[in-house]
Amino acid sequence: MNFDLTPDQQMIRDVVRDFADNEIAPRAAETDRTGQFPMDIVKKLAQLDLMGLPFPEQYGGAGADNVSYCLALEEITRACGSTGLTYEAHISLGCMPIYLFGTEEQKQKYLTPLCRGECLGSFGLTEPNAGSDAGGTQTTAVLEDGQWVINGSKCFITNASFARFVTITALTDRSRGKRGISALIVPTDAPGFTVRAGYEKLGMHGSNTTELFFDNVRVPAENLVGKQNQGFKQFLSVLDGGRVAIGAMGVGIAQACLEASLAYAQQRVQFGQSISKFQAIQFKLADMATRIELARNMYLKAAWLKDQGRPYSKEASMAKLYGSEIATRAALEAIQIHGGYGYIREFPVERYLRDAKLLEIGEGTSEVQRLVIARALGC
Amino acid sequence: MKIVVCLKQTFDTEAKITINPDGKINDQGVSLIMNPYDEFAVEEALRLQEKNGGEVTVVSVGGAKAQDALRQALAMGADKAVLVTAELAAMDEYSTATILAKAIAGLEYDLIIGGFRAVDDGSAQVAGRVAEILGLPVVNVVTKLEVADGKALATREIEGGSEVVEVPLPAVITAQKGLNEPRYPSMKGIMKAKKKPMEKKDPAGLGLDAAAVAARVCALEYFLPAPRAAGKIIPGEPAEATAALVRALREEARII
Repeated sequence: MNFDLTPDQQMIRDVVRDFADNEIAPRAAETDRTGQFPMDIVKKLAQLDLMGLPFPEQYGGAGADNVSYCLALEEITRACGSTGLTYEAHISLGCMPIYLFGTEEQKQKYLTPLCRGECLGSFGLTEPNAGSDAGGTQTTAVLEDGQWVINGSKCFITNASFARFVTITALTDRSRGKRGISALIVPTDAPGFTVRAGYEKLGMHGSNTTELFFDNVRVPAENLVGKQNQGFKQFLSVLDGGRVAIGAMGVGIAQACLEASLAYAQQRVQFGQSISKFQAIQFKLADMATRIELARNMYLKAAWLKDQGRPYSKEASMAKLYGSEIATRAALEAIQIHGGYGYIREFPVERYLRDAKLLEIGEGTSEVQRLVIARALGC
Repeated sequence: MKIVVCLKQTFDTEAKITINPDGKINDQGVSLIMNPYDEFAVEEALRLQEKNGGEVTVVSVGGAKAQDALRQALAMGADKAVLVTAELAAMDEYSTATILAKAIAGLEYDLIIGGFRAVDDGSAQVAGRVAEILGLPVVNVVTKLEVADGKALATREIEGGSEVVEVPLPAVITAQKGLNEPRYPSMKGIMKAKKKPMEKKDPAGLGLDAAAVAARVCALEYFLPAPRAAGKIIPGEPAEATAALVRALREEARII
């Protein structure tokens, strides 16, 4: 048993922490207020080779492991939830399907520019009638004269306005239900493909969330990712990795809640002493710190299992379930500790709450995570 | 162009400093960083290398943990590192400079750069001593550096302004804040750092015996500054309170 990070992992975490404190955190409140996508920050992430962090150097990546990626993601999300989500969707959803299931040619053509940060990665799975139930997928792709003809729509798709192409799922065999789903790479400039960013959201305001519309969009047959009709299995394994990452994001937001609350409690004076001297506040802070430590250990274990090539679905769900739920809880407690100031935008903790809530929903709701865990128990 | 950078690992600038019962500074669980002034030195060396080609070697004297600071410099882009681990009971600037100079003497160099001081002991002596031992000119607290035709043109801070001096190379330059903005190590840089050579030596291996590196200066005592007393609020109407404040400043604080 060894709880030490490797020297590489430590240095990656420290450098990203430093970068996040100096370059991302000062911009987070403004990004939340204006909803402006922080493209300049994404460019800086690319300069540090973060956009391809866990992928091999031959595809423009940095060749680090998943533990390093999750540590970096925690630090970025601690500074700004929106930037964290942009980064997570790029790596875990945008790059990963191509890395895991793409041909060598697809990796050269599509994964390399993603790893270099030339464009953002995006994955189109959710549809108006297919969320937790992927079997409800209605977007279709029909092979005609050596081309896939795609019709349908997607919703809640991250990063697509800044993507050159989106990997989407579509029914390629209607008769087989979810066993008739395939993944396809679709260039965003293909005729008939519309990306619309118009959602008004509770939080994650600086993250780009879009709807995709396909009206007889044609892509070459070779844009199929992985095996035909294996799309369902493929995206389940993509989502496993994403869930560990969302767990790390939850820890990032919860850590931000703890840091803000501790600093506030130490300087806020009531009844002649700082409120950090009162047990009512101390217990909240102690509970918050304990849950953060547990959630961090959970995501690190799940990421480590993935790095070892061992099964990690159950642990991934645990990391996401626990990490996201403690983030929302930490944000609620942080607001309570801040009292009236917690409810106004001058302090960051109300933003933490709005950002944290998404983590209990995206890439599999908490309810779906509990189902996955229960099934792994044999229910 | 061959550049040697001297660097030291120090406490994090935000670390809380405490003293052990035995009177020594407690270094347990303290996070360690590369001395920020040495970071300017590493950055400057890398910029000169990018412009003129050549090689950057980073050298440190310290415990085994100091290799983390050297690795950071390698991750930023330095080519190789030399760590001299000195497990001496007491070290002073003389010991450090003697060891550093000996280690550097075995390397090729056109330029030696270091931070002008370390943020922990702040003696600002080591680089100057190294220059003296190696018989090189030294320019301190440099905020701008240009190198061409075997000469260095350095802008340095002096009281009330700055001074531009020219020195023939090889020379020792010490970095002051403002010289540059150090880069973050890139992720690829971090992954490559572990494959770069790090030579480990000790004073004996450099031909220095215990007497040659024994400290000349001995720290007798470490103590923390007295805790700051609580502020004082003077109540009452503005006119009376002001009078009371002036009286306090005059009679208690004795500053007016």
